[in-house]
Amino acid sequence: HVSYELKDDVAVVRLHDPTAKVNTLSSQMQSDLKEVMGEIWSNKSVKSAVFISSKPGCFIAGADINMIQSCQSSEEAARLSQEGQKMFEQIEKSPIPIVAAIHGSCLGGGLEFAIACQYRIATRSKKTVLGTPEVMLGLLPGAGGTQRLPKMVGLPDAFDMMLTGRRIRADKAKKMGLVNQLVDPLGPGLKPAEERTIEYLEEIAVGVAKGISNKKVPLTKEKSLKEKLQDKLMDLAPVRKKIFKTVSEKAQNQSKGFYPAPAKIIECVQTGLEQGREAGYLAESENFGKLAMSPESKSLIGVYHGQMACRKNHFGSQRRKADGNGLAQVSIDKGLTTILKDTDVESISRGQEHIYTSLDNKVKRKFMTSFERDVIMSNLSVQLDYSGFESADMVIEAVVEDMDIKHQVLKEVEAVIPPHCIFATNTSALPVTEIAAASKRPEKVIGMHYFSPVDKMQLLEIVTTDKTSQDTIASAFSLGVKQGKTVIVVKDCPGFYTTRVCISLEEHTAIGHSVGLSLSIPLICDEVGLDVILHISEVGYGCCLSLHMSDTCSLYLVGRKSGKGFFLYEKGKNYKNDIYWFHRLISRVVNESLLCLQEGVLRNPVEGDIGAIFGFGYPPSIGGPFRFVDTFGAERLVSIMRKYEEVYGAPFTPCQLLLDHAKDPSKKFYK
Amino acid sequence: MASMLLTTMRSCHVSPSLAMRFGARSLSTTAQLQAQVQTKSKKTLARPGVKNIVLVEGVRTPFLLSGTTYADLMPHDLARAALQGLLNKTGVPRDAVDYIIYGTVIQEVKTSNVAREAALGAGFSDKIPAHTVTMACISSNQAMTSGAGLIAAGQCDAIVAGGVEFMSDVPIRHSRKMRKTMLALNKAKTVGQRLGLIGSIRMAHLAPELPAVAEFSTAETMGHSADRLAAAFGVSRLEQDEFALRSHTLAKKAQDGGLLEDVISFKVPGRDIVSKDNGIRPSSMEQMSKLKAAFVKPHGTVTAANSSFLTDGASAVLIMSEEKALAMGYKPKAYLRDFVYVSQDPKDQLLLGPTYGTPKVLERAGLTMNDIDVFEFHEAFAGQIMANLKAMDSDWFGQTYLGRKSKVGAPPMEKFNLWGGSLSLGHPFGATGCRLVTTVAHRLKKEGGQYGLVAACAAGGQGHAMVIEAYPQ
Repeated sequence: HVSYELKDDVAVVRLHDPTAKVNTLSSQMQSDLKEVMGEIWSNKSVKSAVFISSKPGCFIAGADINMIQSCQSSEEAARLSQEGQKMFEQIEKSPIPIVAAIHGSCLGGGLEFAIACQYRIATRSKKTVLGTPEVMLGLLPGAGGTQRLPKMVGLPDAFDMMLTGRRIRADKAKKMGLVNQLVDPLGPGLKPAEERTIEYLEEIAVGVAKGISNKKVPLTKEKSLKEKLQDKLMDLAPVRKKIFKTVSEKAQNQSKGFYPAPAKIIECVQTGLEQGREAGYLAESENFGKLAMSPESKSLIGVYHGQMACRKNHFGSQRRKADGNGLAQVSIDKGLTTILKDTDVESISRGQEHIYTSLDNKVKRKFMTSFERDVIMSNLSVQLDYSGFESADMVIEAVVEDMDIKHQVLKEVEAVIPPHCIFATNTSALPVTEIAAASKRPEKVIGMHYFSPVDKMQLLEIVTTDKTSQDTIASAFSLGVKQGKTVIVVKDCPGFYTTRVCISLEEHTAIGHSVGLSLSIPLICDEVGLDVILHISEVGYGCCLSLHMSDTCSLYLVGRKSGKGFFLYEKGKNYKNDIYWFHRLISRVVNESLLCLQEGVLRNPVEGDIGAIFGFGYPPSIGGPFRFVDTFGAERLVSIMRKYEEVYGAPFTPCQLLLDHAKDPSKKFYK
Repeated sequence: MASMLLTTMRSCHVSPSLAMRFGARSLSTTAQLQAQVQTKSKKTLARPGVKNIVLVEGVRTPFLLSGTTYADLMPHDLARAALQGLLNKTGVPRDAVDYIIYGTVIQEVKTSNVAREAALGAGFSDKIPAHTVTMACISSNQAMTSGAGLIAAGQCDAIVAGGVEFMSDVPIRHSRKMRKTMLALNKAKTVGQRLGLIGSIRMAHLAPELPAVAEFSTAETMGHSADRLAAAFGVSRLEQDEFALRSHTLAKKAQDGGLLEDVISFKVPGRDIVSKDNGIRPSSMEQMSKLKAAFVKPHGTVTAANSSFLTDGASAVLIMSEEKALAMGYKPKAYLRDFVYVSQDPKDQLLLGPTYGTPKVLERAGLTMNDIDVFEFHEAFAGQIMANLKAMDSDWFGQTYLGRKSKVGAPPMEKFNLWGGSLSLGHPFGATGCRLVTTVAHRLKKEGGQYGLVAACAAGGQGHAMVIEAYPQ
């Protein structure tokens, strides 16, 4: 996985994992690296070294997750961390200067590796991102990251990186002092652009490595007065104390005690700063071991794998064209020519303005140039009529949730679109089968349930009917993936999967939020519009609905559409960390989810978990309803539910699938 | 209108190219004459049904580093000097010209149609219409080809085309916020309103807006793009410095040898007579290698010494239909033949215009690289020229980006920019095109060649190439 060649007195070490798409710090990579470095260090004619990846678009994407997952005990995981610490310590104390030449993702262990090197050069490419995303997997940077990062970029930035897992672009990294030098990506020359860019990066890095070994390139930049002052300030004990206190409080607030990683990260940094490097390393590896064994981390890693799985199209591929504001936005910026059709000029203008503003905000934050914004906008055409639909590959309607209007639109659209064109209906609850009944070609009709706001929410729930063709599903899926969505495919049933589970809760108030449902169910109800939910439950699809909700609706507080909704009602009550409410809510969600799988609405537990987490804000720390059953224990859950059943009746009756799992503990949703 | 005319021209070319394919190119009278006297007996590019357009004369003011002797002038002063020079040199009657077209890039706001302002004061009849075109560094090429289009379409017989650039003074504006306040002040009716507006001015509003030699679409400066381009083609710093030194050395030789006969003397008001370009400075490789990178820091290769410098200058050419020129008793210098405009990615291929334009124009003219005796390429940066040469010499580039089976082939250096180029003579953006064409005509005459090729890159990722044929001696 690691090879090297000598360029004069510079050893160019190339990282390349032939078995995977990206480089990871697998055990193979680590042992190869050790071997190669041993050779280089023992060769007296080598004066400096350059680390570079031969994988296009990836330096090192992080540690090998499987390696962490396969650990049986926290001691074993802690040992992994110690090995990493030891290796990077050696690199940091290397007798010859080492330059990390970074193009593409440099994340987690990859970043820890890079900051152990003496100098870092990164390409100013959009592909180049640096970060410590361990926290998102319920872990911490366990190879010296918690010790080195604060020294390199200062406490505030280090905390920001480690606690949010934010990815940092090359320009920003340079400003923060995370990288020393930037190299611009090149266009095509005598070779393809990407290939030449990596070669160029290597040339520059070799030049710098030589410069460092002849003392022509300084390793540290002269700090400005402001920076020096900042450092002095940070060194003062009371200031530092204050920072730790503020950060801890903030982390506690945001994680609401459901995620142990942030607190551990803060602890490691504090230990290192106050008791020295050795103590810091020890705290880091011990905490890493503990976190790696925590159920939260296991759940989050499961979510990560599930998310990846939901971006793989198993249906084949492609086609295009759509409509609806947010929908249009996520389509045009992926280069899809899109028509936005609406019924009146004001709506069109509002739609266009909405899209423009959100793109323009990206320009202001320097995520794109004004030119890129204009080019993206040029993919959009807005109109009141159906012209141009005759060449559309896919039409997504997003009209109000009213069956008659949906039917009318379907008929109007089908009159103009070509035979191959797919008609997708964006509904959060109306039965797609019924919508499709009005179609001349029901095999081309599919439901695409986007979550609002479409440009922020990453889930797409594709709803299929018995008649929907495989080809149609494939096209819808590939469009979704192209739009950057995590896609789950479910069968049509009242409320599909996400909305059905949502409405299955009769008591959903702000408690949802406090038990860790981040985008709580009431909020979803507000987003969708209470009238819609009321409508579907009135139509009588076996969803129970409390009086409370109809009351709210009758007051015309129809969710976010009217500016008022559930949230207004339940403010002030504090259900924080109430285990009773937690179980009561979760058991309903879990039961309904399992029922969906039992009935064949869901295809598999993975999609169920992903849908729950990204669709209605199920707490990722417990990994989704199915993973929850695995870890919590089906039997235990059934016994809790039986208690509720006595009081509240049928809604808490465990479904057959859950009972099966309770009976046979060897049955697991995840192997 | 120009584009309309160009379209007409293109459609005109359809039948002749067919005729060519059958080898049935009929020769006009002049062409027969030419075939007899031409030292190299190559075919001529004259085509039935297409007017022969000739370059009668071309002149330019000395090109000076901006901020030197021209510093107190205005752009139209320079353009006027070139026009007057042309008038003097050709003795063309003041009303014999049908139309005047000028190219410019950074426009002086007061004289946005600089063609008209210059013509009015240059002694031409005020009955001659004039317009200004802009197409970055190929603006005066556009002025000439627009003129050629007017002649080919039968609209005009004699055209003056030219270009001017004046970098000693550029429009520096108030900030947008300040401008908005000032415009509102104009409309304010009461003292209260005025005071309110004045009160709204903040320090930050006073910061001026400077024009940048940067792409609007990508916000990248041209030098930065050139550095990346050079890196993409693996052009070393040494190669660039060597080419720059070659340009300066050749320019010095040409200047000393009196070859730059297109340069006219210009008496600058309040100053001495200027009669020489002042940017030609052959240096040594040692000195050049000491310079630091100017755009990509610290590892870039484009420096002040291997880039063209900011220049003041103007040029002008007189072009006519062949009959008209002959009827007026002129001995034309050259035929202006096929030309093309190309455009490509403004980010990664900003300066590759010559690579795209050259094979296209040669194909149009039915010529090969070997037929060309004189190459005049615009030298924006030494790195840019070297990158273009490498691109033209690469099979991979030819196949991947030019849709060819193999490479275009690089021009041989012994025919290439032998009298210096933009790097050494200077590069007044809007005026360089006419200099290139006039130089080709002069070199063809001096070196006894038949075909010359002009190629240039321009901001916006555009480019231009034109074939010029020597007029029979």
